[in-house]
Amino acid sequence: MDFVAEIDEAGSRLRLEGGCRMADAPVLQVQLQRLVTAPPGSLTIDVSSAGAFDIGPAWLLRDVIEAVAARGTVIQFVGRRPEHFAYLDELVARAGPGLSARAGEPETGWLVAFGRHVVERVQSYYEAFSFGGRVLSTATTAWTSLKRLRVASVVRHVHETGVQAIPVVAVIAFLISVIAGYIGAQQLRPYGAEIYTVDLVALGVLRELGVLLTAIMVAGRTGSAYAAELGVMKLNDEVDALESMGLNPYEVLVLPRVLGLVIALPLLTVVADAMGLAGGALLTWYLLDLPWPQFFMRLDAAIADTTFWAGMVKAPIFGLLIALTGTLRGLQVRESSRELGRLTTVAVVQSIFLVIFADALFAVFFLEIDF
Amino acid sequence: MSSTRPVISVRDIGNRFGTQVVHDGVSFDVYHGEIFGIVGGSGSGKSVLLKTMLGLLQPTAGSVEIEGREITRMAGRELREVKRRYGVTFQHGALFTSLTVAENVTLPVAEAMDLEEAVLARLVELRLRMVGLPLDAAAKYPAQLSGGMIKRVALARALALDPALLFLDEPTAGLDPIAAAAFDDLVLYLRKTLHLTVVMVTHDLDTLSRTCDRVAVLVDRKAVVDTLEGIVANDHPWIREYFHGVRGRQMAAKQEDERGA
Repeated sequence: MDFVAEIDEAGSRLRLEGGCRMADAPVLQVQLQRLVTAPPGSLTIDVSSAGAFDIGPAWLLRDVIEAVAARGTVIQFVGRRPEHFAYLDELVARAGPGLSARAGEPETGWLVAFGRHVVERVQSYYEAFSFGGRVLSTATTAWTSLKRLRVASVVRHVHETGVQAIPVVAVIAFLISVIAGYIGAQQLRPYGAEIYTVDLVALGVLRELGVLLTAIMVAGRTGSAYAAELGVMKLNDEVDALESMGLNPYEVLVLPRVLGLVIALPLLTVVADAMGLAGGALLTWYLLDLPWPQFFMRLDAAIADTTFWAGMVKAPIFGLLIALTGTLRGLQVRESSRELGRLTTVAVVQSIFLVIFADALFAVFFLEIDF
Repeated sequence: MSSTRPVISVRDIGNRFGTQVVHDGVSFDVYHGEIFGIVGGSGSGKSVLLKTMLGLLQPTAGSVEIEGREITRMAGRELREVKRRYGVTFQHGALFTSLTVAENVTLPVAEAMDLEEAVLARLVELRLRMVGLPLDAAAKYPAQLSGGMIKRVALARALALDPALLFLDEPTAGLDPIAAAAFDDLVLYLRKTLHLTVVMVTHDLDTLSRTCDRVAVLVDRKAVVDTLEGIVANDHPWIREYFHGVRGRQMAAKQEDERGA
C-alpha cells in the first residue's frame, strides 16, 4: 500500500496511511514541516491504518512530535504508536543530548583571511626551500657512491619520462614549427623576404620553442605522474615504511626522479629541435619551393654557434624545476584522495608557471650578455 | 514477508577468470532475520562471491535471487532498485575521504531523494546514535577516526536507507578484541530490533561463534553450509584445520569455559 500523509486545515489532525519506507521521507517531510509551523493546541495522530515504519521516517516523526509537544501541544494517538518508537526512545536515553549546533564556526573577516593567507604563503615558501635544501644535501652525499645514486632507478625514470615521451614531443614540435613557419612566410612574402622564414623557424625552434614546448609537455606528463605516484605512496604509508627501514625517502624516491628528468629533458629537447627543423624544411619546400640543400645552407647562415646551446642550456634547469615541484607536491599529500587530486593539479600548474617564468629570466639574461 | 522463503538464494554459482576456476556450483539460501557467515581461506573466492551477490559481478554460471528477484540477469534501473534494498560495509570502510562523517552518512539519502538540510542533519544524528558513535564525530573527516570508528561510520552509511539486508565484509578485521566484541553486540542488537538479515564475510572465529546462525565454508570451489556446530563437526581436512587448529581450539576452550561458568 502506498504511503499517504494528510493534515486537516486546522493542523490538528495528522493521518498516516500505509507503510512508510525511507523512500517516503520527502512526502512525510512536507507534512511535518506544516505541523511545526502550526500554532500550539491539540494534535491527533491517526496511525490506525498505517503500516510498518522504517527507522528513518519514524525518527523524523518522533522528532517533530517532541518539538510540537515542547511548545505545549497535547498529542493523542489513534491506533498503536509505530513500533520503532520504543527503540528510538531507548537510543536517545542511552546517549546524552542531541547534536549541538555548529561548533565554533571559523572566524571570518578580511583581516583574518589576509593574515591566514600570508602565513600560509610564507609557510609554503619555507617548505619549498627546505625541500630543495634537503634534495641538494641528499644529492651531495649520495654523489660519493654509485649504489646510493640508484643508477637503475635513474635509468628507469629516464626511460619513462624521456624515451616514452619521444613520440608526442616529436609530433608537437613538428606541428608547432610548421604553424610558426606558415604564418611567418605569409607575413614576409609581401616584402619578398620569404627566405627569412628559415631564419624565423630556426631561431624560434632552437632558442625558445623546442625547449619550452618540451618542458610544458613534460610538466603535464611527468610532473603530474611524480606528484600522483608519491602522493599515493604517502597515502599508503609507503613513505613511512621506507623511513622505518632506515632508508631516506629523498634518496630513494626524490633524487632518482629529479636526476632522471634532468637527464631526460635535454635529450627530449634534441629530438624536439630536430623535428622542429624538419618541419621547417618541409614547410619551406612545400610553400616556397625551396629545395632542401638550400634550406640547410640558409640555416647555416642564420644561426650562430651558440644558438643551439642557448636553448639547450635551459633544458636541465626546466627539468629540475618540474621534477622538484612534482615530487614536493606529491610528498605534501596527506589524509585524503581529494588532497591527491588537488596537489597533482598544483604540481602541473606551478611547474608550467615556473618553467615560463624561468624562460623569461633567461631571455633577459641572454640579452644582457649578448648570448 | 514469509519466513520460509529465502531472502537470498544463491544457485549453482560458477565463476572463472581465464583458466582459473574460483567457484563451481556454489549454492545456499539465506533466510529472513538470519546472520549468515561466509568463511574461506585466502583466495577461496569470498570477495568474488560477495560481489556476485551484490550484483557487482556477473557470474559465469548460476543465479542469485534477492527477495525473489533474480539479479544476475538484471541491469540498469531494475538493479539499482534492488541495490537500495541492501546496505554494504567494505573491509577497509571505503569511506569517502574527502567528505565528513555526516556527508558520508547522508550521501545515499541525499542522492536518492530530495530532503532539506535540517532533515538530513536529523538523520545523521539518528544513524550515529544507531551505531553508537558520539555525535561530535559528525564533523570529522575519515582520516581523523580510529579503525573502530571507521567501521561504525561505514555501518551507519550502510544503514542510511533503512535496508532490509546487510552485507558486512570482514566487519571486525583490524579491531582490538574489545572493539570487535562491541561491534558484534551492535550487529546482534540491530538484527534484533530492526529484523535485519545479515550476511557477513569474516575470519574472526569469535565473531563467527557469537553472531552467526549458519555458516557457509568455501572449500574446493563449493560451499559447505551448516550451523556452526555442524561445520565444526565436519571432517573435511581444511575445515578441521580451520576450526581445530591452534586458534580454533582456543575458541572451543573458551566456549567450554563459558558453558561451565
